[in-house]
Amino acid sequence: MSGADARAGFLHRRAIVKAIVAAIVLSPLPVLSFAASARQTAPRADRYAGPRAALVAELREQSRGDSDGATRIDPAVLAILARVPRHEYVPASERDSAYENRPLGIGYGQTISQPYIVALMTTLAAPRAGQNILEVGTGSGYQAAVLAEAGAKVRTIEIVDPLAKQATQRLRRYPDVEVRNGDGYYGWKEQAPFDAIVVTAAASSIPPPLVQQLKPGGRMVIPVGSSFFTQTLLLVEKDATGRVRTRQVLPVRFVPLTGGP
Amino acid sequence: MSVADADVVEQSASIEAKTSAVALPVAIALISAAALAWQLLLMRWLAIAHWHPFAVMIISLALLGHGASGTWLSLWLRGERRARLERGFDTAFATCALLFATSAAVTLVLARAIPFNGLELVWNWRQLLWLAALYLTLSVPFFFAAACFGLAFVRQGSRIPTLYGADLIGAALGALAALAASALPVQRGLLIAAICGPIAAWLVTRRIALRMAASIVALALAMLWPTQALAPLPNEFKGLSKALLLPGARVIAESEDPYGSFELVESPHVPLRFAPGLSLSHSDELPPQLAIYTDGDAMSPIVRDDGHADWQWLDDMTSALPYRLHTPDRVLVLGSGGGMDVLQALSLGARQVDAVEQSAQRMHWARDVFAAYSGHLLEDRRVSNFVAEPRAFVRDARERYDLIVLAGGESLASGGAGVQSASEQYALTVEALRDYLSTLTPRGMLVATQWSKQPPRDELKLFATAVEALRDEGVGDPARNIIAIRNWDASTWLFARSPLDPRSLAALHRFAERRGFDVVHAPGWRARAHDRFHQLDPPTLFDGVQALLSPRARQYIRGYRFDIEPASDDRPYFAHFFRWRSLPELWRLRAQGGAVLLDSGYLVLVATLVQAVVLALVLVLLPLRALPRGAGTATSSRTRTGAYFLALGLAFLLIEIALLSRLTLMLGHPWLAANIGLAAMLLFAGLGSLHAQRWVDASQADDAALARRIAWSVRAIVLGLGWQFVVFVAAHELTASWPVAFRALAGFVGVAPLAFAMGMPFPLGLARLSRTAPSFVPWAWGLNGCASVVAAILALLVAISFGLRATLMLGLALYLLAAWIGRRPV
Repeated sequence: MSGADARAGFLHRRAIVKAIVAAIVLSPLPVLSFAASARQTAPRADRYAGPRAALVAELREQSRGDSDGATRIDPAVLAILARVPRHEYVPASERDSAYENRPLGIGYGQTISQPYIVALMTTLAAPRAGQNILEVGTGSGYQAAVLAEAGAKVRTIEIVDPLAKQATQRLRRYPDVEVRNGDGYYGWKEQAPFDAIVVTAAASSIPPPLVQQLKPGGRMVIPVGSSFFTQTLLLVEKDATGRVRTRQVLPVRFVPLTGGP
Repeated sequence: MSVADADVVEQSASIEAKTSAVALPVAIALISAAALAWQLLLMRWLAIAHWHPFAVMIISLALLGHGASGTWLSLWLRGERRARLERGFDTAFATCALLFATSAAVTLVLARAIPFNGLELVWNWRQLLWLAALYLTLSVPFFFAAACFGLAFVRQGSRIPTLYGADLIGAALGALAALAASALPVQRGLLIAAICGPIAAWLVTRRIALRMAASIVALALAMLWPTQALAPLPNEFKGLSKALLLPGARVIAESEDPYGSFELVESPHVPLRFAPGLSLSHSDELPPQLAIYTDGDAMSPIVRDDGHADWQWLDDMTSALPYRLHTPDRVLVLGSGGGMDVLQALSLGARQVDAVEQSAQRMHWARDVFAAYSGHLLEDRRVSNFVAEPRAFVRDARERYDLIVLAGGESLASGGAGVQSASEQYALTVEALRDYLSTLTPRGMLVATQWSKQPPRDELKLFATAVEALRDEGVGDPARNIIAIRNWDASTWLFARSPLDPRSLAALHRFAERRGFDVVHAPGWRARAHDRFHQLDPPTLFDGVQALLSPRARQYIRGYRFDIEPASDDRPYFAHFFRWRSLPELWRLRAQGGAVLLDSGYLVLVATLVQAVVLALVLVLLPLRALPRGAGTATSSRTRTGAYFLALGLAFLLIEIALLSRLTLMLGHPWLAANIGLAAMLLFAGLGSLHAQRWVDASQADDAALARRIAWSVRAIVLGLGWQFVVFVAAHELTASWPVAFRALAGFVGVAPLAFAMGMPFPLGLARLSRTAPSFVPWAWGLNGCASVVAAILALLVAISFGLRATLMLGLALYLLAAWIGRRPV
């Protein structure tokens, strides 16, 4: 056997071993997924059910590791993520990566956020059935679908026309979701006030009209950072008197000081 | 080939022998100029298409094409082929020159099509493959350019110093040509470089077929001139690409100068709204803005003034703080860009504003071309404009200012995930802040606004740097001279020359309370955490500021998971925050978003070094197995030969990169410094090499004499380095007020003797080798190429970790090692 043959044989053996390991690891996942799929949109022939359940299990594990609770993900949100087919909200070329816990490019300089960040943002927005929620930056439509699965009425605005059109198609299955193509800066005055506002596009400013359209006691969640990298989540809270305060939530539990004073 | 054809070839060969004495060095200089200009312009092309650190990585690895070419030649030119080269040298050289030009254009088209996205590297392993595809593709032109030199060295061993000299002098001209070409769109500069290939081929060959081919290649390249086929495509996640997605947004002006490639964007339907640190209490809309993008990023706005604009928003940003403490008479804005900070100063009562901007093009747009848009802001009688490097301007300033604003827009905030961490920022070092502080009136203030990051990095580093600068300026208790406030997105840091008085502090509290800003630090102020408008969890910024003012500051900096050591002129890497000990935890936490804290710029460099070392080892070791084991090539001799050329390759680039960085301080901008510094280094090294030819000619059979010359040249390098230290220190003190051309001249003078000496050991070693083991010449050439690539990356890493002086010393130590090895035959 030549060196090249030996190498090919080795690679082949590795591929077989990987396939077996994958089969063992993934085999319980369809069962998990089945349990969580009471409202699953496409229950039949969903070859992504396994990876989706694995992703949710990973997010649950990460949430469990958070001792002080600041970034603990609401179990109800995890249940929603187990239902929503993320692979339908990414470009066809990225479908096999849809359930990896990472952001993906969706074209037009936009990304679909990392599932961990979506889960955390949804937890912070705390959507409830019947609530009126505004989303700024529809993107792929995934976050709107997650909010809609919580039973909320969702108005969502996207500035890039082709993305707005795609999202309208994808979100047709949710009668309580309305998509508009336009500048999210001005919010959606006709449907205001909102119980919560989720700004999905990383923002460099907080538009005053959005603050005005937030109900007293309402919450606005904004990711701060750049494409592919969410630095922090900004929670803007408006109290009963209309006074606005912010709180920065660092998604990663990382203590920047070691052995110091 | 017929007999008649063979006769023609014979005749032409004899004519070529006569003409090659001149034509070959000229052709080599031309290819060398083209290759260096190509390299420098490709770096700009990549920086526009991607981001600077990725450009550094890609170009570094692509340069391994040089090394690969040496490996290929040493494997290919054996036995009969070597004899054939004696006859067909001109054809081989011309073919390589034509392949350089052709592959240059083709690989650029391919590079445009490769969907590499550096931002996804930590998430997506496929990006590693695209990255490899990119640098392997771009290495091809370098391969053919270096093959031209390698062929010539093999063919004309006795003339190596002359040819090497021509190579270096050509490269020097290439560096200057690249600088001149920065006035053109980058793809046109690249085309000019590529066209040098067919010209060099024409010069060397007399064969009609090859000359025809040269003409066709030149014509084909010329036809690309009016097209956009080779223009860089900016990454879709860059600021410019995103702005252009807004409905109706378009580029209304484009231009280039040595400071970058600029685009001016208008968005008529969706207003651009750049206002860092704008209070949440501000509810009115901002006036429209135009955006100046530099290399597709780093936005700086030109604000519209139609005579009816409301400027309240300028008073509602954190950056309005100094104007609310005292109304300053004289304000200096360093990095005025589109003029927003100048507008703020005027609208908040400044009587005189000096606006300093590095780029003549940005200034031209803001002051002249779009003057009507900004209400003739920069033509206001209260405003004086200067195109200058900020630090040099301050050192030369006779005026004293009540307020200095470190503007610089987005450049002051390091980019996403620390991609700028390997860039020098001489405007933000302890020495720079001391320069600014000493230009203030006794009650003057220095102010900077930064985007906030969590956990804090830039803000704490700026604070630590300023505290050290204040202490160095004789301020015993800096806590009394500093105020910092923060909004949810940005913070403003104010450093005063004198302790702040109670009136200022009262004004601060009114200002901050009304606008909903939190006081991070003010003398005698301690806010309760739950009273803050913008809660930070954990409140590291607040704790860090107090710790850095306390006696335990050193301990705090050492214990911090990011590098917040004050930046200095010796380690001017303000945006470098990476610490190895944080890596395992951040990598583990990347699924929670830990990747954003990785400061990828430094890691990209490390990854580049690892790949370069592995590839270089393959390229260097591979031919060793095949090379003949004859006289003078015993294992110990091979090791010595390898060590000699390795040490020289590393040493030359370590010193060169560190010198270019020090030159940046003198000239003000890395691109200028790189071009002028490279030109100086290569020109004088080339002259040194030509001088070495005389020694080779004078000592035809005396190897020991050449060894003595090597030792002599290394002693000259030691003296040259000392001279360079003296000249650079003197120039920094004395030449700040000189025009940039004169400062460049001072740089030339500082570099010249050192570079002259550095140009000798390599060709002297090659000349010795061509006598004892000629088949090793291309291998040594390739080894040197590989070592240069490794050293260029190593130099940056050493400078970031240990400083520029340490990098120079390491280079010097390697020269001494080479001299020690060179005592015996190589």
